[in-house]
Amino acid sequence: MSAVAAAAGATAVPVQYDEETIKKFAIATVFWGVVGFLVGVVIAWQLAFPLLNLDLEWTTFGRLRPVHTSAVIFAFGGNALFATSLYVVQRTSRAPLFGGRAMGSFLFWGYQAVIVMAAVGYVFGISQGKEYAEPEWYVDLWLTIVWVAYLVAFVGTLMRRQEPHIYVANWFYLAFIVTIAMLHIVNNLAIPVSVFGTKSYIVWAGVQDALTQWWYGHNAVGFFLTAGFLGMMYYFIPKQAERPVYSYRLSIVHFWTLIFLYIWAGPHHLHYTALPDWAQTLGMIFSVMLWMPSWGGMINGVMTLSGAWDKLRTDPVLRFLVVSVAFYGMSTFEGPLMSIKAVNALSHFTDWTIGHVHSGALGWVAFISFGAMYYLFPKLWKRERLYSLRLVTYHFWISTIGIVLYITAMWISGIMQGLMWRAFDQLGYLQYSFIETVEAMHPYYVIRAIGGVLFLLGSLIMVYNLIRTVRGDIRTEAAFARPIGALGAAE
Amino acid sequence: MKFSHAILEKNVILLAIATLITVSIGGLVQLVPLYTLESTIEDIEGVRPYTPLELMGRNIYVREGCYVCHSQMIRPFRDEAERYGHYSLAAESKYDHPFQWGSKRTGPDLARVGGKYSNDWHVAHLIDPRSVVPESIMPPYAFLARKPLKANDVVAHMQTLRTAGVPYTDEQLAAARQDLLSQANPDAGDADALLARYPKAVIGDFDGHPDRVTELDAVVAYLQMLGTLVDFTSYKPELDYR
Repeated sequence: MSAVAAAAGATAVPVQYDEETIKKFAIATVFWGVVGFLVGVVIAWQLAFPLLNLDLEWTTFGRLRPVHTSAVIFAFGGNALFATSLYVVQRTSRAPLFGGRAMGSFLFWGYQAVIVMAAVGYVFGISQGKEYAEPEWYVDLWLTIVWVAYLVAFVGTLMRRQEPHIYVANWFYLAFIVTIAMLHIVNNLAIPVSVFGTKSYIVWAGVQDALTQWWYGHNAVGFFLTAGFLGMMYYFIPKQAERPVYSYRLSIVHFWTLIFLYIWAGPHHLHYTALPDWAQTLGMIFSVMLWMPSWGGMINGVMTLSGAWDKLRTDPVLRFLVVSVAFYGMSTFEGPLMSIKAVNALSHFTDWTIGHVHSGALGWVAFISFGAMYYLFPKLWKRERLYSLRLVTYHFWISTIGIVLYITAMWISGIMQGLMWRAFDQLGYLQYSFIETVEAMHPYYVIRAIGGVLFLLGSLIMVYNLIRTVRGDIRTEAAFARPIGALGAAE
Repeated sequence: MKFSHAILEKNVILLAIATLITVSIGGLVQLVPLYTLESTIEDIEGVRPYTPLELMGRNIYVREGCYVCHSQMIRPFRDEAERYGHYSLAAESKYDHPFQWGSKRTGPDLARVGGKYSNDWHVAHLIDPRSVVPESIMPPYAFLARKPLKANDVVAHMQTLRTAGVPYTDEQLAAARQDLLSQANPDAGDADALLARYPKAVIGDFDGHPDRVTELDAVVAYLQMLGTLVDFTSYKPELDYR
């Protein structure tokens, strides 16, 4: 594959890719990742030890939680999507970024401004009170402008392409950009109280607002955290494994069924609420069906390794990429399960949901982003390879242990609390008061926070490794000829 | 003509349009009927727009992100009925911009917390949750007691909500600032006029300082009305099955 590309590059006029913009987005990805994980660790400890709220208005769990969610989803995930999509669209189109450096700079600084305005707002109590859509109207407006520019840059680059076909990764990135625009605008329609003030009221109310919000919220998962990252999967796994995508036909089926079905799944966040039953049932049915395209995509990603499985042993970057797809498969099995009303009756409102989200966010989104960053940094800075593959391995295992601690703690606490809430004693009274169920969560909140600390630690190892890579350092290491279990004996 | 996927793969605009159509269908089928079917929201008496003080309290509830740990949605299960009361109706949040049903119960549901505890309990609990519930993991909100309520623009808030569909009357808008003060100080205001405009409003000097209106006053006024508006002795659920 690389030989073909090199041969093509030698004969044609070399394309001037805009890599400065990609570099900035890649650095921002890593920076915001660490910030997001750090805030997550802080609020995890707050739930275990409430004194850590510090009795200050700016540091309560209620204000910091949106900082965490926005930082990891929109800052870390968003910058990773910008970095990879703009890299992939240029490379697979063999065309420079539409709009050039000016466009790149506008997208970069415009998007960072969204993040900073949103996060500062939360800390000072500016929030419109819709989960994962907390920024107020002025930030929403600015994001809309940046997003339209993103669409123009992406589509414009595709239109300049020198390849007849649009590569599959770009379908997913395009669907992500288009759909997020639609969701963002409809869900955030609001009327400001004053154009000089921050406060606005959303135009939707009550039950309609609830469904609009979860149509948005679930598809922020479906398109921001899934479709966009599937674009990453379809480029970086074949590149790192040096194998073609497993099945072209499967990727067509995967793409259309995934984007068609995902959008229906929102009502499963509203089971047994005042949302009409017909809507709940529709949401459940489509969520269960969604299992199929999700696993189709997972199979397409994992099977891309056909004939190259041995690389999993020797290439920790590929391991990040492939294990992320395995986590994707696990989360997209758990999700449909939890969308079944009888299961949801137990799981909803508990930590099980939090655990589910994190198996997707840490295992899938973060791992594939780490893999992509480990791929991109040496490429962008024209280094021979990463500073240290061994550090990548440490990062991988420390983070994986962190995730396992996190999600198992949340399974136990979530299912336990759900069962405690519905327990009756022999006389027909509720067996537990609410606060007894809160007390029972404490050990699991501590374990979860430790899991988070490990994940943060892993990301700091990555930061060190990437800084040394950018500086051009290379660590002399024995090759990974042996299985990882024998690592200690290797030196 | 045989359809070939290559047509879409070779034309960005076609691909984008086909994608937009594909992702629009689900949302249209689910959302549009929700706005058009009359059966979406029960026809029930008692639900009214928030009083000016409750509205300001609700805005603080939103600002502080209370919804990340407290739901306002009781599901129709035996244990939830025992613990929280009658299951929530769509009508009960029809004036909520935005809705605050929540998605997590790190703390208990608050849909019917109104009237369950005294004003004094709420004040003590918000200032230092562990003074009344030792095992609580809720953050302290003592700063609410120190901050005077900024409500100069309460009329603008109500007007904005009216634009969004909340049926505030001209009379309610004209009396908004007086109503806000009346609700926070039983001795100074015109309680009868307030109750005529907003039945079942809870009037009181919530935080123990009658001379000033704090953010704490507003939050407690809001919490004390939650879930109290509908009279469930006369509610017939079989008429509302959706």
